[in-house]
Amino acid sequence: MHELVNTRHNLQIDPHLHIWGWEIGVYLFLGGIVAGMMIISGFFIFTGRAKNPKCSCFWIPSIALIAISFGMGALFLDLEHKLYVWRMYTTFQWQSPMSWGAWILLLVYPVLIANMLLKLPEFIQNRFSFLKKISDTLNSKDSTMRMIGVISMVVGGFLGMYTGVLLSAFGARPLWNSSMLWILFLTSGLSSAAAFIHMAAHDVEERRMLAKADNTFLMFEFVVIILLIVGHLSSDLVHIESIKMLISGAYAPVFWVFVVGFGILIPLIIQLAAVNNKIRYTAIAPVMVIIGGLILRLVIVSAGQASNWSTSVFK
Amino acid sequence: MARYGMVIDTLKCVGCMDCVVACKTENEVPIGYNRDWISYETTGKFPSLHQEIRSERCNQCDNPPCVYCCPCGASHISETGGIVLVYEDKCSGCKACMAACPYGARYIHPEGFASKCTFCIHRVETGELPACVSVCPTYCMSFGDLDDPQSDVSKLLASRSNHSLIPEAGTKPQIYYLT
Repeated sequence: MHELVNTRHNLQIDPHLHIWGWEIGVYLFLGGIVAGMMIISGFFIFTGRAKNPKCSCFWIPSIALIAISFGMGALFLDLEHKLYVWRMYTTFQWQSPMSWGAWILLLVYPVLIANMLLKLPEFIQNRFSFLKKISDTLNSKDSTMRMIGVISMVVGGFLGMYTGVLLSAFGARPLWNSSMLWILFLTSGLSSAAAFIHMAAHDVEERRMLAKADNTFLMFEFVVIILLIVGHLSSDLVHIESIKMLISGAYAPVFWVFVVGFGILIPLIIQLAAVNNKIRYTAIAPVMVIIGGLILRLVIVSAGQASNWSTSVFK
Repeated sequence: MARYGMVIDTLKCVGCMDCVVACKTENEVPIGYNRDWISYETTGKFPSLHQEIRSERCNQCDNPPCVYCCPCGASHISETGGIVLVYEDKCSGCKACMAACPYGARYIHPEGFASKCTFCIHRVETGELPACVSVCPTYCMSFGDLDDPQSDVSKLLASRSNHSLIPEAGTKPQIYYLT
């Protein structure tokens, strides 16, 4: 036998770590989808699609701004010492992914606002003439527009990557400790954003294009999940034990059914049929993709906390 | 700079929990939390069983991931013997340090900040031993400078077989268990 018991019983630590609940899962999901929205919106602006008045790039930033604010709200709810949240902005800790994230989140706001200024609603133009002047200046040169598009894509890319790096930097949590995690979260963010914009886009051609893009993202996401699993299985004992929680352990049903099945494979089949004109476009597949993206973050956050190094003791 | 560490003789520890009570009293650790605790590790096949009893706490790692991941700079390495400490008024309670610790040594104080064993730095700085070491009835715990070859802890480590906890995590723990 090999048994290890202790007398600690600390809140949030025993019987296994459970410090982060729904708040962090929701925050990572919203961070990911906003990152995807910024990349897609930036791409549209960069490629000149903003000349089409129906282009989604005009309303995406407003939705993204609301979503990231809700995400930061969820993050704030998770803090235990809430009145000291400002401490994150009195320093920059270059070794801390969370510190990078805090500053990246601050960059997201001005970039989204610059995006929003490209096309202001009429009631704002009429009320605030200085905003109209800024908007006209931004629209006057193609190079300025392209620059905003590039910055939007770059900042969105950093935001999407950060949501994964935040977790993968924790060496003490073997399930998170994979270099594939940031790719998974970035791809998932892109697929969720593409699904959302596909549902809401006014332009038919844009909707078709986003459905095709989403299919590509979903296929890539599935491949990344397989690589994540393979990477863990070919690693040391603690990583093998940690990934078993997703493959066949306590988290397996929700992972395979809701993340892989309803979140990736089934919507992929539906959208492939829609793209090939076999069935009509509906909101079913995009909704499944978005919910799957949320459940992916919740599962990874929860299972990662249950994974630990104590399994290395039990050889 | 000294490098403070602890050496605990598992052949002498009986798991009486005097160290736990002393720590809670000395550091006013809130009810429901512990900065140190007793672990019982049993191995073998009945009737040939072996049990190791250990008094455990923050390992004051030399390569502390809890310090590196802190976004506020609240977790830091003290000038006093490299002890890992937390500035309570800088901590936002994000719990990243708890996720980063492979030993589960940290907890959130009811007032919201992260907390942990400090090796009783307030006592050490006045020349006293940490509370847990000072009360141990079996004298199984030793505290001192691991960088000083003449210290008790260095001599014990040189003369007895020992191990640290989860060294494969790469955190370079500074608490050693004599076997």
